[in-house]
Amino acid sequence: MSDRKDMELIAELVPHGSRVLDLGCGTGELLAHLRDHRRCSGYGIEIDDANVLACTERGVNVIQLNLEEGLALFADQSFDVVLQLETLQHLRNTERMLRETARVGRIGIVSFPNFAHWPNRLQVAAGRMPVTRVLPYQWYDTPNIRVGTFADFEVLARKEGLRILDAFGIQAGRAVRRWPNLRASVAVFRFERG
Amino acid sequence: MPSVGEVRPQSLRFEAPLPLRSGAQLRDYTLAYETYGTLNADRSNAVLVCHALNASHHVAGFYTGADGARIRGSEGWWDNLVGPGKPLDTRRFFVIGVNNLGSCFGSTGPMQPNPATGRAWGADFPVVTVEDWVDAQARLLDVLGIAQLAAVLGGSLGGMQALSWSLRFPERLRHCIAVATAPNLSAQNIAFNEVARRAIVTDPEFHGGHFYAHDTLPRRGLRVARMIGHITYLSDDAMEARFGRRFRNAGAPVDGSHAGAPGYSTQDIEFEIESYLRHQGDKFSEYFDANTYLLITRALDYFDPAREFGGDLSAAFASATAKFQLVSFTTDWRFAPARSREIVKALVDHRRDVSYAEIDAPHGHDAFLLDDPRYHGVLRACFDNIAAEFSGV
Repeated sequence: MSDRKDMELIAELVPHGSRVLDLGCGTGELLAHLRDHRRCSGYGIEIDDANVLACTERGVNVIQLNLEEGLALFADQSFDVVLQLETLQHLRNTERMLRETARVGRIGIVSFPNFAHWPNRLQVAAGRMPVTRVLPYQWYDTPNIRVGTFADFEVLARKEGLRILDAFGIQAGRAVRRWPNLRASVAVFRFERG
Repeated sequence: MPSVGEVRPQSLRFEAPLPLRSGAQLRDYTLAYETYGTLNADRSNAVLVCHALNASHHVAGFYTGADGARIRGSEGWWDNLVGPGKPLDTRRFFVIGVNNLGSCFGSTGPMQPNPATGRAWGADFPVVTVEDWVDAQARLLDVLGIAQLAAVLGGSLGGMQALSWSLRFPERLRHCIAVATAPNLSAQNIAFNEVARRAIVTDPEFHGGHFYAHDTLPRRGLRVARMIGHITYLSDDAMEARFGRRFRNAGAPVDGSHAGAPGYSTQDIEFEIESYLRHQGDKFSEYFDANTYLLITRALDYFDPAREFGGDLSAAFASATAKFQLVSFTTDWRFAPARSREIVKALVDHRRDVSYAEIDAPHGHDAFLLDDPRYHGVLRACFDNIAAEFSGV
């Protein structure tokens, strides 16, 4: 999570005292926040060496693992909450990861850049791939191999049999509940296995 | 790099018999050990460092000769990790290295006299296990007045001891740091050990393990055993990078990797890798005891905490309460990352605190003794956090 306010908005979705698995936990900032402010415990999964070190320095439990290999380490429904924040767009096997998230956690929380945010639509309408604060890459160097929209995720969730408990957008550190597909650069979904 | 400086081994004699896993007992034994740093007032900063196959209690620092001069090459085996300002910082921690029973470096072992006969134990030295070593280490800590360790640290076979500590004495350690280790040896691993043992035992100079009485050493067997070991501690890539296909005899160099020329001999040392292995074997056969080699490889083979739980590693770790840090190296095919992940899984099943770093280092199993910055960075961060717990930072 690059933005602290975004992070706090998501942290509020995690019940106090939850057992949490954070897939693609980065430097462990959110896990440390959840530990310090919401009495949560659990693990982060991270592939990057520098991030693993940063988590270790924060005293956050981190397991170095490639998410593309799945979550075989974790038993069914062994976490209260599984977080997959700004991670989904980097994974090849999006569907499998979503299924794994729903298998391992009672609740899944996903966030990703909303490609249908209006400035993106304008840039595409002008004939170019969007380059924005949330999508800062050029088309040829982006690590985001899966770009989707708020509305797209609703369709995928239905296909995977996930029950959406809450869905909103985030724009400039604020929750967007009205027309999030148009008005928010980040999409957030909280769901459970249907 | 700063060092803990000149160190001296100490030893402690234990008269109470040590019951061994095999059912035998070891009466009246001695443990050699070293300590670095200072034990704090509430005795909360002690870290036990467990050694692997051919190492000892001499973890860090160096020895000096009778003339007071530093003995070259006498640095401890983990000197790059343990010392002032190093990841395991001896300005904050009290570090203890203990030589395991059955060793040939000071603690009671097969080279020493069997009190029952007055002759060297030789092959009659009782079979010792990882659990026996841990029990002996715990007795040493009792004498040193250390009820609870801040951490137990070990790599490879030393990592097995660290794991065993967390299972045998869960209340006596707060952190368990196990590097390049496994919950047991695979069949392939046992096979390598068996080849090494057969090399020793079938050496005519072995004399059934009582070669001391014949004033000889089974050097050939030890050499071959060490050569096999060395092959398995290195990765294919590391060996290729270091030796390639270079010939030992200087000839017209073709290019970097094909330098030299063949001498067309089946017996002489032709390739650099052969020269390296023979050199390692020769060195080892002069300082390492053959019976110790047999004992320690057997301790490796037997270690299997899941065995009493029907092979269920998760059940075996139910009693562990320490916080765990595990580290593996991607090119380590002897103690592969998948084996460390098995331990992670067992701990996650019990919701234990565990962190796991999988270091993409090229060196194979030997990486745990080297100073890859990512590896040492993780251990430094880990020990910094442990120090913060007792220093109240």
